[in-house]
Amino acid sequence: MIYLPWASTINQQQRKQTMHELSIAYSMVETVTQSALAAGATRVLSVRLRLGVLSGVVRGALEFGYEAATADTLLADSTLVVVELPVRIYCAVCDAEAELPSIQNFCCPHCNTPSGDVRQGRELEIESIEIDVPDAEDGKNGNPRT
Amino acid sequence: METRVLEIRKGILNKNDEIARHLRQRLHHAGLLTVNLVSSPGSGKTAFLQRTLRTLREQGTPTAALVGDLATDNDARRLAEAGVPVKQINTNGRCHLEAQMIEDHLAGWNLNQFEYLFIENVGNLVCPSSYDLGEDLRVVLLSVTEGEDKPLKYPNIFNSADIAVITKMDLAQPCEFNLEAACANIRAVRPGMQIFATSAKTGSGMEEWLSCLQQHKQADFVTI
Repeated sequence: MIYLPWASTINQQQRKQTMHELSIAYSMVETVTQSALAAGATRVLSVRLRLGVLSGVVRGALEFGYEAATADTLLADSTLVVVELPVRIYCAVCDAEAELPSIQNFCCPHCNTPSGDVRQGRELEIESIEIDVPDAEDGKNGNPRT
Repeated sequence: METRVLEIRKGILNKNDEIARHLRQRLHHAGLLTVNLVSSPGSGKTAFLQRTLRTLREQGTPTAALVGDLATDNDARRLAEAGVPVKQINTNGRCHLEAQMIEDHLAGWNLNQFEYLFIENVGNLVCPSSYDLGEDLRVVLLSVTEGEDKPLKYPNIFNSADIAVITKMDLAQPCEFNLEAACANIRAVRPGMQIFATSAKTGSGMEEWLSCLQQHKQADFVTI
């Protein structure tokens, strides 16, 4: 029998990733809906997401899952704006923060000292949302502003 | 109708993080050191854990384990052979464990009787890195059959871990595994990471791993 390990592995990996980002997308809908309702919103137009490259979330897969997860919710047809954040480490030798050019090498780009002191790059958070809020007099029939 | 921007600044996994935080407090209060084992499928998590559990039981150290799997309870049955309490967490196709699943499956156990709790995560190097389970130590496993460059391919999970364990060292020679290169790659994505080269089959490296656990246990619970 010929065994093609990559054939099944790639499929499985892709499926798992999509599933993971889909559940992240559902969590986003939950968080955003709570905040939007509390603010009296009737619709969410866009969501701004801060996504660190070490967050473990793949941007493309999340964007794919977002559409499915937002259907029939306050977020339906909203735009997902992803702000990707590179890794920033603190280098004790330089006594400064520096942006890592590659996450395959956690060394200070200036002096090459290894550092695992991550100051940015694990973010997976909603920064802000753009919402539609009815005016105060909306829905109060027969009680126009005087 | 008015359109406005609302600042939220909320973590998407806040709910999981919050449950994990409470769980960590509860486990600490019970005097448990909790270890979350992550790796790709087939890297030898169950065999490694089986050996760990068996040795701890022989030493008279009360230990329990939770094991996550997409389907089947095969791993739980294998681990139970070590003679310690084991519960299977069936994720029904979900690719990772979440803090709530841990909390649910601790029900019915008197946590005060255990010294260690091991959680065997679902075999996956991507998703589990985002989910805090309330563990004290996240241990990432890499088997010699996977190749030395795996840490560079999956830097997220290696970076999120506290300890790395190389498994199946008994196969290192036929696989032409370069231990030095593997360690260099692990430390490239996680500088200073402690690494244990082990074989669950021959038992090599297990003593060092277990004494490391003991040190963490002592350090964690002296300060409380």
